[in-house]
Amino acid sequence: MNNELQHRHPIQEDPWSSLKAFTTARIALGRTGTAIPLREVLSFKLAHAHARDAVYSKLNITLLMEQLQPFHTGTLLLHSSAADRQEYLQRPDKGRRLDADSIKTLHTLPAALLQKDVAIIIADGLSATAMNVHTLPLLTQLIPMLKAAGIATGPICLTEQGRVAIGDEIGELLKTKMTLMLIGERPGLSAADSMGAYITFNPRVGNTDESRNCISNIRQEGLSYDTAAGKICYLLQEAIRLQLSGVGLKDNYHPSQISI
Amino acid sequence: MAYQHTIQHKTYTFPDLRTLLARATPFRSGDALASLAADNYEERVAAQMTLADVPLKTFLQEAIIPYEKDEITRLIIDTHDQTAFGPVSHFTVGELRDWLLSDEADTLTLQRLSPGLTPEMVAAVSKLMRNQDLISVAQKCEVVTRFRNTIGLKGHLSVRLQPNHNTDDPKGIAASIIDGLLYGSGDAVIGINPATDSPQAVVQLLHMLDGLRTQFDIPTQSCILCHVTTALEIIQRAPVDLVFQSIGGTEKTNSSFGIHLNLLREAHEAALSLQRGTIGNNVMYFETGQGSALSANAHEGVDQQTCEVRSYAVARKFSPLLVNTVVGFIGPEYLFDGKQIIRAALEDHCCGKLLGLPMGVDICYTNHAEADQDDMDNLLTLLGVAGCNFIMGVPGADDIMLNYQSTSFHDALYARKVLGLKAAPEFEAWLQRQGIINNKGQLQQVGKMHQLLSYNAG
Repeated sequence: MNNELQHRHPIQEDPWSSLKAFTTARIALGRTGTAIPLREVLSFKLAHAHARDAVYSKLNITLLMEQLQPFHTGTLLLHSSAADRQEYLQRPDKGRRLDADSIKTLHTLPAALLQKDVAIIIADGLSATAMNVHTLPLLTQLIPMLKAAGIATGPICLTEQGRVAIGDEIGELLKTKMTLMLIGERPGLSAADSMGAYITFNPRVGNTDESRNCISNIRQEGLSYDTAAGKICYLLQEAIRLQLSGVGLKDNYHPSQISI
Repeated sequence: MAYQHTIQHKTYTFPDLRTLLARATPFRSGDALASLAADNYEERVAAQMTLADVPLKTFLQEAIIPYEKDEITRLIIDTHDQTAFGPVSHFTVGELRDWLLSDEADTLTLQRLSPGLTPEMVAAVSKLMRNQDLISVAQKCEVVTRFRNTIGLKGHLSVRLQPNHNTDDPKGIAASIIDGLLYGSGDAVIGINPATDSPQAVVQLLHMLDGLRTQFDIPTQSCILCHVTTALEIIQRAPVDLVFQSIGGTEKTNSSFGIHLNLLREAHEAALSLQRGTIGNNVMYFETGQGSALSANAHEGVDQQTCEVRSYAVARKFSPLLVNTVVGFIGPEYLFDGKQIIRAALEDHCCGKLLGLPMGVDICYTNHAEADQDDMDNLLTLLGVAGCNFIMGVPGADDIMLNYQSTSFHDALYARKVLGLKAAPEFEAWLQRQGIINNKGQLQQVGKMHQLLSYNAG
């Protein structure tokens, strides 16, 4: 009987699974021989599958347009010069610049839509999934805060195959004081739907990362919509006051400051 | 000086050595991004045929980044050993490839040759080598280093235990360390990438690691992978075993990392002065990786693999205990898929070994690269055969702080088992004393009362 039992249960559990309380790292996995037990292999594979699917996910333009309508900001559809995901992944330079049609769109906008305080840009980045999930709940918090703070917004720019720096070209063409780039972050195994927010004062093509402020890990289990919106609004106000963003603009936001 | 080759009436001209090296490089996305790659397959082979005929002596006359402009070029030229170079000084690059694969080029011969080779010669010859050649030649090399144990002996594979935690929580880190030790990992180093570079946090973690090591008398070394300036700041008040730094192959890349050769020299001397090593004085831990120069916009028109090998000139100046090429971390715009990552890792390992470095490889990828654990399994097996000094051990291969996938403690055991490799001898003996492995090197089932499980991180 013993023999039979061993054949059915080749997995050796590790007697230190209580240590899992201290870390989300994949410890005390147990083993069969020297191999990771199948249940853990499959759980890893699933996390990787979510991450891979997120990288190749697409902005749900129809849904987002519908969701953004109640904000009455207007929307623009833009595209980077990276033709598709393959090119996007290999040519970061192309993801940082608009394609010709998008430039034309921005050039032909009526003057009334230009020279606002901030251009809000929604870009897929490395996880359109994150944007499809988090855009509406974040903006539901943020747009009223911006209104209350007297920060004028132009049309929201939905941008496909975009990287962070494409916001510089968009902001420059829209002649806005600032850009707020909301973008899907690189998926990890623990989260495939994390949103990042980048604030750039005086957006100009060629700006570098030290001229931006970044708020990372916006998602249900990470930084909440409420706090993220508060931080964004605080940083935009401070950027206007100080006339700069980046290393010179410190994130001293405290949730109690939310009453504007 | 221009280099030329004619294939069926079509003449390919390469204006200088730098361009020739770039065009001869097996395809990878980073060189295309930098507009340095060959335009097509024929041009690449034409460049390889041209490169095969270039005399090695040319590399001592034509600097690919000017001597006046770059302190790494100066380091390479000024420290070149003409005597060691003697036996191969009459070779072309192609002849060097054929000779490296001959039986005449044995372990001792290659060790003696090492100071006579420049990074550019080694990069050049590697571009003419197939993966098989890179493995064969690397396997003949043996680079042994010591601090509290012996790393790099033939027949051994060490592991850096990488117990990262997203908030540097000491208990979380300790949990991963205990897990790794009980799986036989940690002989290369127990090395933490800190989430913050604050000196106070680094000091706290160093004390924790040192306490754990001394409590269980583990014959290994620890390292917090903070910036070298942070290490210099705390070195007089914290138990620093190894000083870490990321390095690149151009002066400009290193400037972007906030370092230069004199700073590394200062750090090296400071670490040596602590005299913490018990059986050896290799006190530096360097990390490198193809693409870092381009990423810092500092590649000077040099292809990413040649830049990488130039960084080994920096490393070998300071007799490191460990050099780790973090091959797939940088992303698909530099190494697009499993094929490119595997090729790059084999190149880095072989080139580093030829230059006399204790090479390890972080066999890894990010989620936006076209790669998965199957590719890592392939690469791990290939590097095990090639005689890689060490790999990473990350719980379940999933680094929760750096958000990428590497190799697991289980993966290291797999490689040791299928290839008959052992941990560093002193560490292997400790694992046996702890009842973690038996005298055949097989993992044992430990009980709930094992002393490592009584460790309290405070």
